[in-house]
Amino acid sequence: MADSGDTEGAGKNDEIERAKTEGKELTKEEKQRLRKEKKQQKKNKEKKEEKASQEGGKEKKHVSSESPASQPTTQTQTQKAPSAVPAQVPVPASETPAPAEKPAKSKAELKAERRARQEAERSSKQGKKGEASQQAATGKPKAPPSELQPVVKRLPEHVQADNPEVLKKLAKKLERQQIPLRSDYGYKVSLFSHLHQYSRKAPLTQQLGIPSTVIHPAIVRLGLQYSQGIVAGSNARSVALLHAFKQVIRDYSTPPNEELSRDLVNKLKPYISFLNQCRPLSASMGNAIKYIKKEISNISSQCKEEDAKSKLLNCIDCYINEKITLAAKAIAKYSIEKISDGDVILVYGCSSLVNHILYEAFEKDRKFRVIVVDSRPRLEGREALRRLVQRGISCTYVLISAVSYILPEVSKVFLGAHALLANGYVMSRVGTSQIALVAKAFNVPVLVCCETYKFCDRVQTDSFVSNELDDPDDLIVTRNGKTQLEHWQQVPSLGLLNLVYDVTPPDFVDLVITDLGMIPCTSVPVVLRVKNVDQ
Amino acid sequence: MPGPDKETELTERIEAFLSDLKRGGSGTGPLRGSAETARETTALLRRITAQARWSSAGDLMEIIRKEGRRMTAAQPSETTVGNMIRRVLKIIREEYARSRGSSEETDQQESLHKLLTSGGLSEENFRQHFAALKANVIEAINELLTELEGTTDNIAMQALEHIHSNEVIMTIGRSRTVEAFLEDAARKRGDMKRKFHVIVAECAPFCQGHEMATSLSKAGIETTVIADAAIFAVMSRVNKVIIGTQTVLANGGLRAVNGTHTLALAAKHHSTPLIVCAPMFKLSPQFPNEEDTFHKFVSPHEVLPFTEGEILSKVNVHCPVFDYVPPELITLYISNIGGHAPSYIYRLMSELYHPEDHEL
Repeated sequence: MADSGDTEGAGKNDEIERAKTEGKELTKEEKQRLRKEKKQQKKNKEKKEEKASQEGGKEKKHVSSESPASQPTTQTQTQKAPSAVPAQVPVPASETPAPAEKPAKSKAELKAERRARQEAERSSKQGKKGEASQQAATGKPKAPPSELQPVVKRLPEHVQADNPEVLKKLAKKLERQQIPLRSDYGYKVSLFSHLHQYSRKAPLTQQLGIPSTVIHPAIVRLGLQYSQGIVAGSNARSVALLHAFKQVIRDYSTPPNEELSRDLVNKLKPYISFLNQCRPLSASMGNAIKYIKKEISNISSQCKEEDAKSKLLNCIDCYINEKITLAAKAIAKYSIEKISDGDVILVYGCSSLVNHILYEAFEKDRKFRVIVVDSRPRLEGREALRRLVQRGISCTYVLISAVSYILPEVSKVFLGAHALLANGYVMSRVGTSQIALVAKAFNVPVLVCCETYKFCDRVQTDSFVSNELDDPDDLIVTRNGKTQLEHWQQVPSLGLLNLVYDVTPPDFVDLVITDLGMIPCTSVPVVLRVKNVDQ
Repeated sequence: MPGPDKETELTERIEAFLSDLKRGGSGTGPLRGSAETARETTALLRRITAQARWSSAGDLMEIIRKEGRRMTAAQPSETTVGNMIRRVLKIIREEYARSRGSSEETDQQESLHKLLTSGGLSEENFRQHFAALKANVIEAINELLTELEGTTDNIAMQALEHIHSNEVIMTIGRSRTVEAFLEDAARKRGDMKRKFHVIVAECAPFCQGHEMATSLSKAGIETTVIADAAIFAVMSRVNKVIIGTQTVLANGGLRAVNGTHTLALAAKHHSTPLIVCAPMFKLSPQFPNEEDTFHKFVSPHEVLPFTEGEILSKVNVHCPVFDYVPPELITLYISNIGGHAPSYIYRLMSELYHPEDHEL
């Protein structure tokens, strides 16, 4: 086994378990955890077998492959008891996807090490390929035909806010990374007690003390912008994230005796935890982070630091260009075919992509008018209204409760998406499913526009299990000088619910326009598969 | 002389009522409940019957029709006014018929048989003078008033038949009838206290749902306020939808606060029963076909305030107040005389109003 030369913590027994931190000292807690895990693993026969085979060759694992819903931070602590196996996204064809044992902690750290070892041991791994793929995974059952991946994902932390164990683990992890923990605010409606609910009243820096040595100031600024809602919208958030990471990479310098590929990834982890605390990561951000981590870990150790950094910066620029800018152009090109003269188009909220399509169509001299539907409490539609009116497009503005009044006039509905789930459901701003429902009742076609980088592996059937709860105080409004809900906290049986996302079933959506073409909603898993094979 | 004084007083009252109606409908003043309007209208009609000068039933009906036209013109969306007028007209017809001695059934409907045998519409003049008519009519109107006063309680009494424990009920906006309904179900009876959860959609832009939520939570009911946009998202967890309405139309449909159609569609999609709590005085012989009279709009300032600046001159803003809900989406009507299916509404209407009065 190739030792990459860094201090390997506790020693031999660690190696056997593959549960160790790299280069850091093991705290007492971690040692205890290690012992517990050892016991757990020894109970499982299959794990022993696997250990033996894996001693000789470690498989390569993908970064945050198990929760495409962008929770790289959640990998670490949440899966102690059910020793589930992370999902393996197929990697370049040369590598074998194989079930691997779930390390009990610090998964990302382990991955980085394993990757280093794999590079040295690719040949021996090939030999062991046959063995390893026969091993069934421990813990949760999965379907193991040879091409399909064992798809058991670890439950992301942000949907387990009611589990005290998970919360404790998160607190410990954040402590280790020296990031303050953000506390929940207000009374949570019982149906949603498994989600976090934060307040936006005071800016984050007042609530938490953020150590400047641990977190890069660009990231702190980004986190603040997220938590206050200054940067909102999935494209905007992803682009802002990538720019912040570029800054981080520029300011990064490899410490001695470290490899850039591993150390940089480790540096990014606390940043991601911090951003997660500010506002739960979106699907698009998760995919972007996956991409960056992959690129970083692909940097060979022979590369000089300057070259590596410029290569990474280049990669990020390429990603933004391809996946966001050019994708928007392609989608606009397809959509313009669907817009004819005399159309009345209904849009909801402020989607950067849909706005872009409307600008392009207007440039191409299509005659249409737009109806902008808006909803409390975010009132994002006003922003869209301003932008459209500036371009000279004639607009009408209504609130979402008036949508059944205005729909008989509408000829098409264009909706943006936050993510497209693998079972064909569209995850988008709350209210989208309602508009799609009413449009269906009036027989108006519904078109969803979404770039492919927002496609994610998750499946979801309702808006409860995985959602985001916004500040409940946003619902309070003052009318005629009276604020009815001002003292809602004092009334014990009163709760306010401010959801951010909802899922639209695929039967309400007629067409999805992506940069790969126009597809029906149910073809999302096909696109995911094609994408992964390409990568 | 008492005559002219009474008359001027009467006209004063009528004028006051009319201006009240005109003002109350803009949505800015304190929104008066329809029950109140119905009561006031009926009281006013009783006063007209008592104080105006008339000699036969026909005269009285003419006077009431005239005043009624003015009242409905003052606030067309307030249909309870028109409903009460039609009820009183029907009362007058009945009392007249009873005084004349003929049974009520013969004059009821224009049946096909009657048309063929009598060879034309029977002209009922209502010109005969009966001394006791005035007293009878006033007594009947008093009965109507008593009925009006008891409607909310009658509806609330049926609550326990429809709400079981641990239910999640959804409602929209603010309806005093539904409030009484839910509070009655939650009130402690002996040792038993039925626990259920209510989700209130706030119904922008007026946000009356907030008021409803505060009063429900004060009664000890678990309440949650959601934004209108989240109606479909939470509907999968809702067991029943209970709403109030502004008017019940002749075809069994509703004219309710805006957002109700979306709520009804979402309930239909999840096969959740939609229950409408509507007292009988809200039943109106209108049909939803009159496009221009159906909708009422208020100031777009509620939706896009003037602080938004320049773009205001370049956009159209709509702020409709009502929504049409077709009868296929409604499961049950609960009124003060019991529960009915939407398909039965036409029958109830024929009992309450005379077909000739549909057009005032």
